[in-house]
Amino acid sequence: MLASNPVFKSRAMIALFMGLSLTACAKKDKLPDNSGQLGLNNGATPGSQQDFTVNIGDRVFFETDSSILTPVARQTLDKQAQWLLRYPNYPITLEGHADERGTREYNLALGARRAAATRDYLAGRGVPTSRMRTISFGKERPVAVCNDISCWSQNRRTVTVLAAPTG
Amino acid sequence: MKMITRIVTAILLLFTLSLNAHARVEIDITQGNVEPLPIAVTDFTGETVAADIVGVINNNLKNSGLFKIIDKNAYIETGLTLDKTPRFEDWRVINAQALVNGQVTKLSDGRLRAEFRLWDVFAGDELTGQRFDIQPQFWRQVAHIISDKIYEALTGETGYFNTRIVFVDESGPKNKRVKRLAIMDQDGANIKTLTRGSDLVLTPRFSPTRQEVTYMSFEGGQPRVYLLQIETGQREVVGNFPGMTFSPRFSPDGQKVIMSLQQGGNANIYTMDLRSRSTTRLTNSASIDTAPSYSPDGSQVVFESDRGGAQQLYVMGASGGGAKRISFGTGRYSTPVWSPRGDLIAFTKQSGGKFLIGVMRPDGSGERILTEGFHNEGPTWAPNGRVLMFFREIPGATGGPKLHSIDLTGFNERAIKTPSFASDPAWSPLRN
Repeated sequence: MLASNPVFKSRAMIALFMGLSLTACAKKDKLPDNSGQLGLNNGATPGSQQDFTVNIGDRVFFETDSSILTPVARQTLDKQAQWLLRYPNYPITLEGHADERGTREYNLALGARRAAATRDYLAGRGVPTSRMRTISFGKERPVAVCNDISCWSQNRRTVTVLAAPTG
Repeated sequence: MKMITRIVTAILLLFTLSLNAHARVEIDITQGNVEPLPIAVTDFTGETVAADIVGVINNNLKNSGLFKIIDKNAYIETGLTLDKTPRFEDWRVINAQALVNGQVTKLSDGRLRAEFRLWDVFAGDELTGQRFDIQPQFWRQVAHIISDKIYEALTGETGYFNTRIVFVDESGPKNKRVKRLAIMDQDGANIKTLTRGSDLVLTPRFSPTRQEVTYMSFEGGQPRVYLLQIETGQREVVGNFPGMTFSPRFSPDGQKVIMSLQQGGNANIYTMDLRSRSTTRLTNSASIDTAPSYSPDGSQVVFESDRGGAQQLYVMGASGGGAKRISFGTGRYSTPVWSPRGDLIAFTKQSGGKFLIGVMRPDGSGERILTEGFHNEGPTWAPNGRVLMFFREIPGATGGPKLHSIDLTGFNERAIKTPSFASDPAWSPLRN
C-alpha cells in the first residue's frame, strides 16, 4: 500500500494542483506553501464556486483500492460541510474516480464506492442527502496523466462539484 | 512473476501423408505450433476483384499463425485454372502441403460467382471446394468465408475469419478522452463508428443471435446499460434501475442481459429478460460483484467479486446463489469470460505490478498466463475458442490502448491495426 500523501494537507496546494494537473507529476514536493500570503479569500468572492474550490478544497484523495476516508480527507470534508451548510443553495454532485491501475468495470464500482463514502460522511455532518447525487467515472477521467504513483494518487479522488445555485 | 506458464509443447505438425484413401493434410492446433503449414494460394482467374479476394485470404491464413504462404515466384505450375487438376509433383517440389485455386466470374444479373478448390498436395486429393454467388460489394466477406473453409478443412476446427469486432475508438488527450463505439471486420477492414463521441461509452458486447450490441453509456449524465441495433442505429436503455448499471453481457440465447447494478458502495449482479422486461437479482453481498459472463450452455455464470477482500473469480448457477471461488493464485483476478467452447475461462490478472491475460478451467485448475506486461486487460474470445483479443495500454501522458490478439497456446501475439487508440474489444459470433 502507498503511504498517505501529506502534500494534500494544504488547501491552497490542492488549488494549485488543479491548475497544474498536467505538469505537476514530478514536481509536487517542491511547490512552496504560500497559502498564508494570498489574502483572506485568495481573491474569491465568499460563497462563490471559486471560494469553495480555492479556500475549502473541492476534492479528497484515497489510498490504492480503498474508499476509506483518510484523516486529511475528513478534515477537508468537515470544511466542505460547514461551507455547504452556510451556502445551502448549491446542489452537489459527488464524482468518484479511480486511478488507471485497475480494470474498467471494477474501477466504475470503486469510484461509486468512494462517492458513496463521501456522501455518507457529508450527510453525517448535516448536509441533506436530497442535495447530493453521486456519479462514478471509474478510471475514465484522470486529472493527472503521467505514468507514476504521484499522478495515480491524484486520480483516486472524489470531487465535490457545485451546480448552479437554486433559488 | 512466480512462474512463466506459457507451455511450450512439442513443435508438431501432424501431417497425414500416407497413401490411405482417407489421408488428409491436417494441422493439430491444440499444440503450440510454431511451424506453420506451407500453403500455396494461386491467383484466382477471372474478374479483377479476384486478386483482392486472394489478398484477403492470404492475409487471414498468415495472421492465424498456422500457415506460411508460399511466394508466387516459387511456383512451377502457372496458369492453374479451376477446371484443371493440379500437377501435384510441381507443388511437392516447392513443399506446398496444401494448394488453393479458384475463379471469380460475373453472372448475368450482376452478381459475382466466387469458386475455390483446396487440394492436399501430397495425397493428390481434393479436400474441399465451394461456390458462392454474391453481390459484388460483399467480396471481402466471401474472402473470409473461403478462408474459414480452408481453415476448417485443414485444422478440423471452426473458422473465425468471417467475424467482426466491436470496440471503443479513443481519441483526444488522456484527461479528456473521446470514446466512440466502433465496429470493424476481424482483420481491421470496413471500420465504422456507431456513436458520435458526445457521450462516454464503454464495454460493448455482441449479441450472440442478432446484429445488436449492449454497452454502457454516460448519456444525459446517467451511466446506464444500453442496447444498440447495429444496422439501424436504434438505441434503448436496458431496464429501469435506480442507479448506475454497467458491465453488460448477453446470455448465450441472446434473450437476457446480465449486468451489475451499483447500490451505494456495493455492486450486485442482475439479469433483465429482453422480452418480458422482468429483472432478477443474482447476487446480494456487501461487495463489488461485476463482470458476469455466462457459460455457453447458459447454466452457470462466472464473475469477479471482492467479497473476500480483493478481486477474485467466482462461479454460480445461472439463477444465482451458491457462488464458489475458483481463482486462488497470487494476485487479483478480474474480467472473466467463458470460452465459447466451455472448456476455459479467460481473465485479467494483476500481480507484481503487472497486468496479465490468462486462462483457467471453470473449476479453477490449469491456470496458464498467455501474455503479461504493464497493462493488458479485457480478453474476448474468437467464436471458435482458439484466439483471444484484448487491449494493451501504452503508459504515460501520450499513451493509450491498442488491440492485440493471441492464440490460446500463448503464441502468435499480433497487434490489430486501428486508426486511433482502441479498447474494450468484443468478438462477434461467426456471421452467416
